[in-house]
Amino acid sequence: MTEAFLSIENLSARVAAIGTPILRSVSLKVIPGETHGLVGESGAGKSMIGKAIMGLLPRAIEITEGEIWLEGRNLLDMKRGERRRIIGAQTAIIPQDPLTALNPSRRIGPQMTDRLTHILGWAERKAQVRALGLLEEVHIRDPKRVMHSYPHELSGGMRQRVLIAAAFAAEPKLIVADEPTTALDVTVQKQILRLIAELKAHHETSLLFVTHDMGVVAKICQRVSVLFSGRIVEQNEAASIFSNPGHAYTKSLIQATPRYDRPDESLLPVDPAILEALDREIATHDRQQGTADG
Amino acid sequence: MADHLFKVEGLRLSFPDLAAKPLFRPAPRIEVLKGLNFSITAGKVIGIVGESGSGKSTLGRALVRLLEPDSGTILFDGADISHASPSDLAGHRRHLQMIFQDPMSSLNPRQKVGTIISGPVRFHHLAGNPADAAAEALERVGLPADILNRYPHQISGGQRQRVGIARAIALSPRFILADEIVSGLDVSSQAQIITLLEKLVADLQLTLAFISHDLSVVRRLCDRIIVMHAGQIVEEADAADLFSNPQHDYTRNLLAAIPLPEIDDQWLSAS
Repeated sequence: MTEAFLSIENLSARVAAIGTPILRSVSLKVIPGETHGLVGESGAGKSMIGKAIMGLLPRAIEITEGEIWLEGRNLLDMKRGERRRIIGAQTAIIPQDPLTALNPSRRIGPQMTDRLTHILGWAERKAQVRALGLLEEVHIRDPKRVMHSYPHELSGGMRQRVLIAAAFAAEPKLIVADEPTTALDVTVQKQILRLIAELKAHHETSLLFVTHDMGVVAKICQRVSVLFSGRIVEQNEAASIFSNPGHAYTKSLIQATPRYDRPDESLLPVDPAILEALDREIATHDRQQGTADG
Repeated sequence: MADHLFKVEGLRLSFPDLAAKPLFRPAPRIEVLKGLNFSITAGKVIGIVGESGSGKSTLGRALVRLLEPDSGTILFDGADISHASPSDLAGHRRHLQMIFQDPMSSLNPRQKVGTIISGPVRFHHLAGNPADAAAEALERVGLPADILNRYPHQISGGQRQRVGIARAIALSPRFILADEIVSGLDVSSQAQIITLLEKLVADLQLTLAFISHDLSVVRRLCDRIIVMHAGQIVEEADAADLFSNPQHDYTRNLLAAIPLPEIDDQWLSAS
């Protein structure tokens, strides 16, 4: 059994002011070189897991329980500065919306090299050479010009390529991709997914891939966690999730996805009975947590 | 004998390119629609697909005359509306309705759902009580009557999109334009909205233009499909033919790029 690079154990989080749970005893492991899919509908807490790892949770949300182990060290036990250095050196994020993730008033070049010069202490020149090489690796023609461009001068697909290049710049061991293709067209989406897979294989990175699209999960993930209301309802190899889903909710997520090759198959929304059963399960979990805490 | 609700010939439309505008001269124009010819049969659902920037939303907005074409004709129900003035259009407005992508920004946050739906009915002086029309439309989209007294922020995203649909059908329009109306929804709400639209189209014999980049959704809903690329129609066919036998490379690429929810190791590497 390969040692997990990232291991989340029993992670719970809630909105501090009102006590609403956001994550409910989430556990998952990502082994080196693996793509782990986090899938669920909006509000399921899938992005929150990525943010918890990166230390980017909104201030209003507090972690109440659990551990996040990165290469054998618990991130939640560390001092802020130490944690920041480890996260900056070992992990990176590919965000959903490249336009808000890039600073509109700075050129692309310095935005790509920031992490290299600030956290890894590289010399400016060396960082620039590295950034140029990466822009070539993400198939950007004329990378010199792109380095001197402002974000608004690039197309949506180009901006996403720049952020992917920036994510791989410091050779991180783990990349959290938070819905990186949701804002893109299908054809561009496919190019970007292919690009992420290529770079991941080349740099031997692990990937935590957050998405709501079961189709995308099927194409790029090896393992999958299905989330509902901050709880993992099913976790398994992607192959068995799709051939033989273990949970009724997983099955109905797959069935609710329209397919052009099966136009006459009836399209079923998630059965309310399944949702009620899940709500009951979650209420039971919350009660047990309550008694354990109290 | 096909009954054409819309007949479009040689439709061209351009926007000024303000980024390239010289200081004292008019801005150069960017041509967005480059001479389109097609027709929409009454009672049918037509899908307009293509990548972003292909001109599909611009085409939709020209059909309901939110935009005025540079040249070409748009015949709606036999009348040439391509350059009709606002007062000439007033008589047609009731029959040219829209459902929008983002219901949160297309429903007035300060009005209750009842007012949102009955407002246009009142505006167009339709026969009958506007409040009754609102209640009936709400029932048609499968929402409980107590929603009438709620504000848009008090209901879920899927419910908001249903309110947008109710507002459009309350006027019994001859044509509805639906621009990317399911792309912002979760799969579960999306499945519900698609099923609802299928039912409404059958019950009310709606003529619908459905703009989407999601070919799987279009395949389910549409009778006929127009594929757009760079302001031109690259392919137009009945839905079943387009999917079983796509003629154009661009259409084939669009189809190949859709990730179906099943394991396929070859998908990523296949072009």
